[in-house]
Amino acid sequence: MRLVLREALNVFRRAPALSILSITTIAFSLYVVGLFGLVALNLREALRGVEQRVEVVAYLLRGTPPESIAQASEDIAAFPEVARVTFVSEDEALTRARAELVEFRDAYRDLAVNPLPASLEIQLKDGSRDAAHAQLVAERLRGIGFIDDVRYGREWVEKLDRLRNIGGLVGMSIGLAFAVVAVVIIGVTIRITVLQRAREIAIMRLVGATRGFIRGPFLIEGALKGLLGGILAVIMCYASYLLFRNQSELATSGIVFFKTPQILLGILFGIAIGLGGSLVSVGRQLKNV
Amino acid sequence: MIRFTHVDKQYPKGAALKDVSLHIAKGEFVFLTGHSGAGKSTMLKMMFAELMPTSGDVRVSGFNVNEIRPREVPKLRRRLGIVFQDFRLLEDRTAEENVAFALEVTGAHPDVIPPKVMRVLTQVGLAAKSHAYPTELSGGEQQRVAIARALVNDPAILLADEPTGNLDERATRGVFQLIREINAGGTCVVMATHDLDLVKQATYRTVEMREGAVVFDSGTDDSTAEEES
Repeated sequence: MRLVLREALNVFRRAPALSILSITTIAFSLYVVGLFGLVALNLREALRGVEQRVEVVAYLLRGTPPESIAQASEDIAAFPEVARVTFVSEDEALTRARAELVEFRDAYRDLAVNPLPASLEIQLKDGSRDAAHAQLVAERLRGIGFIDDVRYGREWVEKLDRLRNIGGLVGMSIGLAFAVVAVVIIGVTIRITVLQRAREIAIMRLVGATRGFIRGPFLIEGALKGLLGGILAVIMCYASYLLFRNQSELATSGIVFFKTPQILLGILFGIAIGLGGSLVSVGRQLKNV
Repeated sequence: MIRFTHVDKQYPKGAALKDVSLHIAKGEFVFLTGHSGAGKSTMLKMMFAELMPTSGDVRVSGFNVNEIRPREVPKLRRRLGIVFQDFRLLEDRTAEENVAFALEVTGAHPDVIPPKVMRVLTQVGLAAKSHAYPTELSGGEQQRVAIARALVNDPAILLADEPTGNLDERATRGVFQLIREINAGGTCVVMATHDLDLVKQATYRTVEMREGAVVFDSGTDDSTAEEES
């Protein structure tokens, strides 16, 4: 094992240029995947922000007794899709309208009678903030006698759904495409290393080295290059993130970087493709010599 | 030690070996002669399981090459020493490291490697140049390193494919003398060569190949040659 490790490390000493080339290639391939991942991550975060505003509003008939409202609130809060139910009285509705709808401030000020109904604002749980769940909750609310009308901004929520689906699909396909390109590039780079050492492999076989012994150093070398490339890619991604955050007006909207598990997963992915690329290349080369 | 029985090797462009039967006993020295393309290298490659026969039977040092599994090939090769015309040394390693490499891949204990390496380098007359890289050595010296590498695992058989093909006359004599000494120590030697002067220098058994067939065999005295182990 010590010898296999020594042989693997010797490659970096004997062919530093090629080693640096492989590591840089892996790093840049993963960097592209990482950049795309960052965009996807931030897009998802942004969508989540919008999602949190998805809520169902049930407008109540005038004169509904407070006990009925309290009872209904409890019942609605027990729906599996519902996170929170907030009662907004007629007066609160007017106060809020005066504050939020500045253009109509004067109109609201001169009113003799408050035209706004009381309502229950129903916030949905994570994972239920889509058109299908909102509609389901709305249908159930319509069955309650003192609820006059239910709104959840159907078109808007459906658009959000579509955006989310398209975002997910495009994200997955482009991410996957970049990952495949990265694997191919890394495979080719490692193949060059293996080809460069074809003579050495042939000699190893002649003197009776087992396949495992011949493969071992290449696999460790591939995994090491993947590891170094992965770490370099994370550093480059972080540098890009800092650059973008510092130069962008979006700074205040809080763009985010990968969390530790995601970073580790990225580095692990680097190791996996380094190892996979070596395995395929060495396997092919061993057949040829 | 080595036995070929009705061996054929067929390539798409033609036959490389035609019905070859040959027995080489333990400790024997055999010249394989013939022109380029006569089948000498094909026979040697079959002996170290680099090529499989199309038909017939090849047995080397207890292994049946026809049925050998990939994982057994290294075991067979550790019983052989193989030397080529082009030396096949690793350019980025010293003479000592090239020889040690053959021991390392067999999983030899690190403590036994240096003394064994020095012993064979001394045997081939290169102890003083153990730290030299192949490019710093002459052709004859490089071939001596290759022979030392072939010897370091104490092989029962030394296979040499045109070992003097790239050497001048003086170096050829030296390398040939070394191979004779190795044989005198009990190692079976199969040496492919088209250098007839070399063949004439000694009275070893000579097997002549032509177009894939054995056309002449000076024969061996079976009463003195030990049977295959």
